[in-house]
Amino acid sequence: MSLSAPPRLLEVKDLSVHFKVYSGVLKVLDGVTFSVDAGEKVGLVGETGCGKTTTMKAILRILPIPPAVVPRGEILFQGEDLLRMRPDQMRQVRGPGISMVFQDPTASLNPVFTIGEQLGPVIRYSAPENRGLSRRQIRQKALIPLQDVALADPERLLDAYPIQLSGGMRQRVCIGMALATNPELLIADEPGTSLDVTIQDQVIRLLGELVERKRTSVILITHSLGVVREMTDRVYVMYAGNMVEVAPTRRLFANPLHPYTRGLMEAVPKLTGGGMAMGIPGRLPSYQHPPSGCRFHTRCPHVMPVCRREKPPFFQAEAGHQAACFLYSPEAERHRNEAQA
Amino acid sequence: MDDEVLIAQDLKKHFVIGYESLMNRRPITVKAVDGVSFRVRRGETLGLVGESGSGKSTIAYMTVGMVQPSGGTLLFRGQDLFANGLKRALPLRKEIQIVFQDPGSSLNPRRTIQQILELPLRIHAPGKDLGQEVVRLLDLVDLPPEYMHKYPQMLSGGEKQIVAIARALATNPSLVILDEPTSALDVSVQGKIINLLIRLQREFDLTYLFITHDLSLMRNVASRVAIMYLGRICEVADAAEFFQFPQHPYTQMLLSSIPVVSEAEEAVKPKKIISTGEIPSPVNLPKGCSFHTRCPQVMDICKHVDPILVGTSAGHTARCHLFEQPVEVTAQGWPT
Repeated sequence: MSLSAPPRLLEVKDLSVHFKVYSGVLKVLDGVTFSVDAGEKVGLVGETGCGKTTTMKAILRILPIPPAVVPRGEILFQGEDLLRMRPDQMRQVRGPGISMVFQDPTASLNPVFTIGEQLGPVIRYSAPENRGLSRRQIRQKALIPLQDVALADPERLLDAYPIQLSGGMRQRVCIGMALATNPELLIADEPGTSLDVTIQDQVIRLLGELVERKRTSVILITHSLGVVREMTDRVYVMYAGNMVEVAPTRRLFANPLHPYTRGLMEAVPKLTGGGMAMGIPGRLPSYQHPPSGCRFHTRCPHVMPVCRREKPPFFQAEAGHQAACFLYSPEAERHRNEAQA
Repeated sequence: MDDEVLIAQDLKKHFVIGYESLMNRRPITVKAVDGVSFRVRRGETLGLVGESGSGKSTIAYMTVGMVQPSGGTLLFRGQDLFANGLKRALPLRKEIQIVFQDPGSSLNPRRTIQQILELPLRIHAPGKDLGQEVVRLLDLVDLPPEYMHKYPQMLSGGEKQIVAIARALATNPSLVILDEPTSALDVSVQGKIINLLIRLQREFDLTYLFITHDLSLMRNVASRVAIMYLGRICEVADAAEFFQFPQHPYTQMLLSSIPVVSEAEEAVKPKKIISTGEIPSPVNLPKGCSFHTRCPQVMDICKHVDPILVGTSAGHTARCHLFEQPVEVTAQGWPT
């Protein structure tokens, strides 16, 4: 990297995560590489079990080790490798550096403490100058994140238990809590999935406005292509522990390249009607015995001999638009001819 | 009249969730379904759409006879489904089957696929060659016959749901209730299930009551759509008409909240209506129209008087004061 270019906010290089289980080793993440710039909203899309959440947990180092192991890779956050940090250094990163909103707000809030009791410590440890504050001062400060997420009557909410709030309100509390530390990077893992459509719309819109105002970078993890399209600047598509495509959001939706991304886009039911596509045949491969070469080749309609032999690297199709597929390699013609021979 | 397979008239289900106090034994109820009327025609797919807590699943459970209504009637080909309470004659039970949302929990993990498919056959078709029937059922849904020796956990989510569909078809029903059959599945397998359901519907002249929260999905499968909000139906129309001219403010809000994936879809959505407010608790319903707390077009009357379903065009009804004759407030207050 040249010295003049500032380091990216987050740069994940060749990250692999395996799980050692009774029956063998599950090779879940297989060389995941991606980056997030300051102020950028990045989407990470993929179906159940493709490794989205594992990637994020690896970044925050909250993977259960064992059974998880990280055999190789680097996670550079503001130029420093999180994988090499001591636990106490890592604690400094969680919160002020990176914070997270989880999918199910009911599970991420403790049912036996009030919102105030859970929000208080977040405020206290979010900045060194907050350490010495009195309880009353912390309480005053705790009102701000609740106001940020447009919750009515925050004073009363501080004394409420999570069960007294609706799902949408709980998720707002979680978003407020995650942003209370003014993090550089917010990881939002399916923030609207457990909510109703109209409430999801509210929550996603609120999240978008807040990060815009606070200039926080975001990684939005979701399986919903629609949410990604409305909220992000750039999208990574993930399949079976691999990044398969990256593009600016508009371009990805206008012209998806990777056969998996295309299949996914076709499979989404359209509001314009016209019937349902058949979807993608087959199923997610086993992580214990992943297919050789490209992990998608078992389901791919365009499979070529080379796909079974080699793992495709990212090929540049247009500026900023890359796909990990041999169809876009400079030698695609040769690969195709090999298929016919 | 022969054409209408299922008719619900003023159907109600109020669950008692507690009492006001030890002394005052007035029950506190959740009005899960509160006066719902609809008709399902033979061979059609009626989409019942609503958010969580709107009562759509309760309607499904009443139709298959798992839950007894607190009021109103439910007629199947003119027969009252609750003439004997929850006890329903075998031939009637055979005609109405259901596919549940989560195949992971609706299939017994200790039974093989063969045992799962045999059970309805033993009850409803005694004397038939069970082994042959199971193979026929698997063939019907394009699963290889070897699958009958597998256990549910050996199958993928999509395959499990296909087995659940085969089980529903085992009794040769005429009405199948699909309670969010694809919402636990990934989009890439959703299409396969839906296309299978559509094929089976044609093949066996099935009638579907399709329950979902996904309007984009409804656009592609339903012939008619009914929207529910807090135990009431607020709009019913033929699918094409419904998506082109949504009438009720709630429907418009719902449609404009859907995240879509293309410009073409963006164009058919109603103009952006900012969704506001929370869904009120079904224990404590707002007075008047239950949507008035979130409605962008709320009028004074909405806070006092409950609207009724009125026709807005052919085959299209909506429950909203915007489409009723204007009512004036009098010295005695709002008419009720």
